[in-house]
Amino acid sequence: MYNQTEILKDTSELGAEGELVINMGPQHPATHGVLHLVVTLNGETIKKIEPHLGYIHRSIEKMCESLTYRQFIYVTSRMDYLSSHINNLGCALLVEKGMQIEVPDRAKVIRVILSELTRIASHELWLGAMAMDLGAFTPFFYAFREREMITEIMEDTCGARLTMNYIVPGGLMYDLHPDFQKKVKAFVKQFKAKVTEYEDLVTNNIIFQSRTKGVGILSAEDAISFGCTGPVARASGVSCDIRKIYPYEVYDKVSFNEILDTAGDSFARYMVRVKEMNESIHIIEQLIDNIPDGDFVGKTKNVLKLPKGEFYTRVETARGEFGVFVVSEGGTTPHRIKFRSPGFSNLSALNHMAVGSKIGDLMATMGTLDLVIPDIDR
Amino acid sequence: MMTQDEIKEYILSIAPTVSFDETGEWLNIIADATQLKPLMTALRTGKIQMDYLFCLTCVDVKTHLTMVYHLSATTHRQSMVIKANVSREQPSIETLCDIWRTAEFLEREVFEMFGVIFLNHPDLRRLILEDDFKGFPLLKDFEDPINMIKL
Repeated sequence: MYNQTEILKDTSELGAEGELVINMGPQHPATHGVLHLVVTLNGETIKKIEPHLGYIHRSIEKMCESLTYRQFIYVTSRMDYLSSHINNLGCALLVEKGMQIEVPDRAKVIRVILSELTRIASHELWLGAMAMDLGAFTPFFYAFREREMITEIMEDTCGARLTMNYIVPGGLMYDLHPDFQKKVKAFVKQFKAKVTEYEDLVTNNIIFQSRTKGVGILSAEDAISFGCTGPVARASGVSCDIRKIYPYEVYDKVSFNEILDTAGDSFARYMVRVKEMNESIHIIEQLIDNIPDGDFVGKTKNVLKLPKGEFYTRVETARGEFGVFVVSEGGTTPHRIKFRSPGFSNLSALNHMAVGSKIGDLMATMGTLDLVIPDIDR
Repeated sequence: MMTQDEIKEYILSIAPTVSFDETGEWLNIIADATQLKPLMTALRTGKIQMDYLFCLTCVDVKTHLTMVYHLSATTHRQSMVIKANVSREQPSIETLCDIWRTAEFLEREVFEMFGVIFLNHPDLRRLILEDDFKGFPLLKDFEDPINMIKL
């Protein structure tokens, strides 16, 4: 057993002969956050990767134990900040399930539209950042052009661009912005016209293809064993879309496809996400003209008390299965809360995927895992 | 696809001393900590094929700690919850790393947050907290003089 500070001080004694231990992170442009990987190399070949986490650990689970069921939702926006709306939704669903609160149809539809917009925004940021990690700078601006439209829609309706906090148990905090439908339609039109640009710029780029095809392969058995979910598992052929398996809100009433690939390499993970954006657009198109009238929030008590027992809900974030497990003693605060974050499980597969490959390929493998560090550290 | 009663019957044939709790959403199986490993091995490799461990955590119920394992299967999509109690003074339980590889990180997290020792774990070190951190933050009697969250 050795500690982190020792590694930082002296790495030369730790590796066996011919091996080199390097620290990637905690400040590294390709980790997009404070992820610290201790990489053992032999020449350029990766022997072992050890993640050292906790640089952004805020002990959200402990914090939630002293927050009420109305308050704890807002902390979860700070976990996976790119899917904050979907995190909020998972927590709200748990409270609604535990207390059997009726949610109006209007709120359900709006929640789903915003979830899909969040998913597109997250994948857009990932696409730009991932291409930048691999040396292509331009896609970042293309992706952010469309993402900016989504953040503006979010700003109008939710009041925030990143940490939406728009969902309350029972519905939504306030009604839609009057321009919402117009702006979403403008976004859908723009996205459909511009998505071919990504294909020309990135997908069909021979350099991008040769850097991602066959890199970081994860088999279906390993994906299940490591608990991988989301696009990472779906690129390996594991069907795991919570929206399809355990439909929540109105996902059972809209038609969309679960995108599956079988290659399991970085390029497959890239393709799954690009195709998923198109599926999200398809869902939004079905719902945007059919937002029912009525209340946007159901009737709830002022003080929420979950009955004694254990509750679990899961939702599909942009990164995979997000689960909330609450043990309630019948009071106003949870006795124990556990967030099953998709990034944590996906990260645990990184060592397995990268061992034996070259260090240059680590960027592609790590980039397509789409790690968000606050989600992992919590 | 097996019915609830068939599953219960099957589990009793592997581990005769377990008890069941059906009040929640899923079937809860309360097993003895020493029996956990053979039971889990049978659930993974036997005819139920629970290949997906989607949540592993621990709950401090003040008198003892309860390990909670959420299992599911990618083929028939049935979920179940396995629980095992460990003592608060010397918590230890067999690792499940060799059955589900996701357990390695999840158990390291439980180790640093609750102090549960996972026997035969390949690399039981702190994952998130600093190496010289004192105490186990998610235990109910944990007191931090500087950053304690109290409302």
